Amino acid sequence: MTAYIVRRVFAVVPVMAVVALFVFFLLRFAPGDPAAIIAGEDATSEAIAAVRAKLGLDRPMVEQFVVWVWGLARGDLGVSIFSNLAVSRLIAQRLEPTLALTLSTLFVAVALAIPIGVVAAWKARKLVDRLVMGFAVLGFAMPGFVLAYVLIYFFAVQWQLLPVQGYVPISEGLWPFARSLILPSVALGITYMALIARITRASMLEVLQLDYIRTANAKGLATDRVLLLHALKNAAVPIITVIGIGIALLISGVVITETVFNIPGLGRLTVDAVLKRDYPIVQGLILVFAAAKVLVNLLIDISYAFLDPRIRY
Amino acid sequence: MKFRVLAGLVALALPLAAPASAWAQEKVLRAVMHADVRVIDPVWTTQTIANIHGALVYDTLFGNDADQKPQPQMVGKYEISPDRLTYSFTLRDGLKFHDGSPVTTRDVIASLKRWGAKDGVGQRLMGYVTEMKAVDDKTFTMTLKAPYGMVLESLGKSGSSIAAIMREKEALTDPQTQVKESIGSGPYIFAKDQWVPGSKAVYLKNKDYQPRTEPPSSFAGAKIPGVDRIELVWISDSQTSMSALVNGEIDFLENPSTDFLPILEKSKGVKLLKTGKIDSTQGMIRLNHLHPPFDNIKARQAMYYLINQEDYLRAIVGDPKYYKVCHGLLTCGGPYANDGGSERMKEYNPKKALQLLKEAGYNGEPITVLATTDHNTITPATQVLIQAMREAGINVDAQSMDWGSVVTRRANKNPPAQGGWNIFVTTSGGVGSANPVLHTWIGAACDKGLFGWPCDPEIEKMRNAFGMAATEDERKKIARELQTRAMEQVVYLPFGQWDTPLAYRADKIDGIVPNTGLAVLWGITRK
Repeated sequence: MTAYIVRRVFAVVPVMAVVALFVFFLLRFAPGDPAAIIAGEDATSEAIAAVRAKLGLDRPMVEQFVVWVWGLARGDLGVSIFSNLAVSRLIAQRLEPTLALTLSTLFVAVALAIPIGVVAAWKARKLVDRLVMGFAVLGFAMPGFVLAYVLIYFFAVQWQLLPVQGYVPISEGLWPFARSLILPSVALGITYMALIARITRASMLEVLQLDYIRTANAKGLATDRVLLLHALKNAAVPIITVIGIGIALLISGVVITETVFNIPGLGRLTVDAVLKRDYPIVQGLILVFAAAKVLVNLLIDISYAFLDPRIRY
Repeated sequence: MKFRVLAGLVALALPLAAPASAWAQEKVLRAVMHADVRVIDPVWTTQTIANIHGALVYDTLFGNDADQKPQPQMVGKYEISPDRLTYSFTLRDGLKFHDGSPVTTRDVIASLKRWGAKDGVGQRLMGYVTEMKAVDDKTFTMTLKAPYGMVLESLGKSGSSIAAIMREKEALTDPQTQVKESIGSGPYIFAKDQWVPGSKAVYLKNKDYQPRTEPPSSFAGAKIPGVDRIELVWISDSQTSMSALVNGEIDFLENPSTDFLPILEKSKGVKLLKTGKIDSTQGMIRLNHLHPPFDNIKARQAMYYLINQEDYLRAIVGDPKYYKVCHGLLTCGGPYANDGGSERMKEYNPKKALQLLKEAGYNGEPITVLATTDHNTITPATQVLIQAMREAGINVDAQSMDWGSVVTRRANKNPPAQGGWNIFVTTSGGVGSANPVLHTWIGAACDKGLFGWPCDPEIEKMRNAFGMAATEDERKKIARELQTRAMEQVVYLPFGQWDTPLAYRADKIDGIVPNTGLAVLWGITRK
C-alpha cells in the first residue's frame, strides 16, 4: 500500500506539468488582453501597448512560460496583474470559504442521501421509494441557481431567517458561520444529494437480492443490522466512487453558488480572474484545482482497500 | 471526554460575543458598487471603481461642483495672471497624509506630473504647461505656453482618472506601473491588510482630516467622513445585491439593475436617488473609419437612418423616467448641450439607409459587428442595432464575445477579415461627454485617437479652440460648431442617455451627496 501511495504521489508531477502547459497556452491563445482592460475605456492603442509592455505581455510566449515555470519551481505562483498581490495570498484568502462550503455540502448531502437511498431500496416500488426517486429527479432537473434564488426569496427576504449573502469565518463564531452556509449548502448539495441517493438505492437493490442477505434475514437478524452492517458495507464501493466524482462536480458547482450567495471563495476568484484575463491567478487556480482532484482520486482509491478486503494494490 | 467536546464547542462559539459588541459601537457603511476594487492606483487605470477608491483616499487640488464648475479643494487660495499664462496655488493649512507627514508642493508637483503623463485630460493640460515650480512648501506656480482655459476644470474633474495628490515617494513611480501603497490625504484611510480583492475593500475614517467649510456639492465642498468605517462589498450578482439591500444587509447600492428598479421602489426603507444633475451614461455606436464601407462619409451618414433612440433606451432601461432621447453628442442637460447637427437623427428609415450605403459603394459585403454578450447595457443595445441592420438588408457578421474580448479586438486596426472590425457599441460617462475637451470620443485625432480612428483636423482644431476660449459665450458657440462638424463626420452615433439611480436604505443612512459618474461616499452618515 505504501509503495502504491508513493507511486501515485510521484505520478502527480507529470499530470501537473501537462496541466500547467495546457492552462498557460490556452489562456494566451484565448481572445482578450488584460492590458486593454487596465488601460480603460478611453485608452488609445498606444496606451494599451505601453501597459502591455510594462506587464511583459509583449514578450515571446515561450519566454513568458519559462519565467512562470521558473517561479513555480521556486514555489512562486506569481503576482496578480490587477491587484499586484501575490497569487498565493489571494488563493489563501479564499480557501476557507470554499473548503467550508464544499465540506458542509458534502456533509449535508452524504448524511441525508445515503439514508434515504437505503430506505428507498428497502421499500422498493412502494410510496417511500417513489417519493425518494421523485425527489432525485427534481434534484437533477432543477438548476442550482434557480433553487438558490427560490431559497433566498423565502428564507432570507420573506421570512428573514437566514442571510441573503456573504460568508462569516468560523473565527467569528460557530452559529454565524453555520448560518451563512445553510442556504448555499442546500442549493449546491441538492443535485449531489439526488445523485448519491440514486446510486445508493441502485447499489443496495443489487446487494439486497444476494443469497447472504436472504440468509441473514432467515437467521432473524434485525432489519437495521441487515441493511447497515451487511448490505450497505458491500454496496459502498460504487457509492464512494460517486462521492469522489461528485467532489469534482462540487468544485464546478461552487463557482455558481459562490456567485449567487456572494461567498468570497475560489470559485468567484476564478470567474473574476477569467473575465479580467488575470492570467497568473487563473493559472494558479487551475493548478490548485487539478492538485485537489488528483488528491481526492487518490483518497478514494485508498478507501476501496479498506471497504473491500479483496482489493489489493 | 464529553466535557471536553462540549468545552470545545463553547470555545468555538465564544468569539461571536466579542466582535459583535465592538462592531455595535462602530458606525459602518456597507456599500455595493458597480465593480470590485481590484486596482488601488487611480492614475494607472481609468476604471471608475479605482477612481471611487482614489476619491476616498486621496484629495485633489480642485473639485468640480454640481454645475461642473471647479472649486478649490486642497488649494486655499490661487491667482491667475492677467495674460492667463501663470497660475499660483497655495495649499490649505493642516493638510496631512495618512502616515502623518505634511502635504507639500513637492508631493503635489510630482503627482501632477505623473497624472499628466497618463490621463488623457492631464496630457492635454501638460501639453500647455512649460513649468511647475515650488515657491515654498505650500505655494507653487504653473506656467503655460498658451492661455489654456481648462486648467482648473482638469484639476477638479471626477470622471476617468482624478488628479490625485500622492506622496512624492509614490508619485515618482513610472505612470505605467501601479503604485504599491495607497496612502493619501483624503477623508478615509485604506485598510490594505483587510483588503480581499474581488470581495471587500475597507476604509477607516481619517480623524485628522480637515474638511472645507463650504457645503458639499458633487466633487467639491466639505468632505466630512460621516462613518467610522466604509466597507465596499463586491456582489457580482445583481439579484443578490438587490435582495441584500431589501434585507438590510447592505446600506447602499450604487448601480442596481434597471430590471429591479420597480421592486426597489416598492421596498420598505429603500429609496432611489438620481446620481446628479446630468444623466450618468450616454450610448455610442462607433464605426471604423479605416475600412470600407465606413471609410466613406456617405456610408457613415447612412447609419443615422438606422437609429431610433427609443428602441435602444426601452431595451436597456425600460422606464422612460430614467432615460432621455438626445440627438446630440454633448450630453443633454449639460452646460454645452446644443442641437447642432442633430437634424441628421430625426428620421428612422432602413430603406434609405441601405440606399445611401449602396450609393457609397456597399455591395452586400459582411459588416463585422463586435457583439458583446455579457454587458447589462451594451449587449441589448448591440442586439437592437443588429436587428435594425438586418431589417435594412445589410449583411451583418455579428461576432459574439465577452466584453473583455471586445476591448482587445477593438484596438485592432486590421481589416475585419483579418481580425479587425466595422462596428462596436459602447457607452460614455455623462459628465465627460458634456465637455468637448473632456469628451475624448468626440475627438478625431486619426491614428492617435480612440478606436474607430476618425480623422478630421478641423474637429481637433475646434476642441483646442474650446480649451482656449476666454468666455462662456465663446465656449458655447464653439461647442455648437464642433458638434455640427462631428455629426457630419459621424465620429459616433449616439443612441440616447440614461441615469441609473443609486439605491440606499433611507431608514439607516443619510447625507448622500449626488455626483454623476463617481459615487461620493464621504458625506454619508448612519442614523
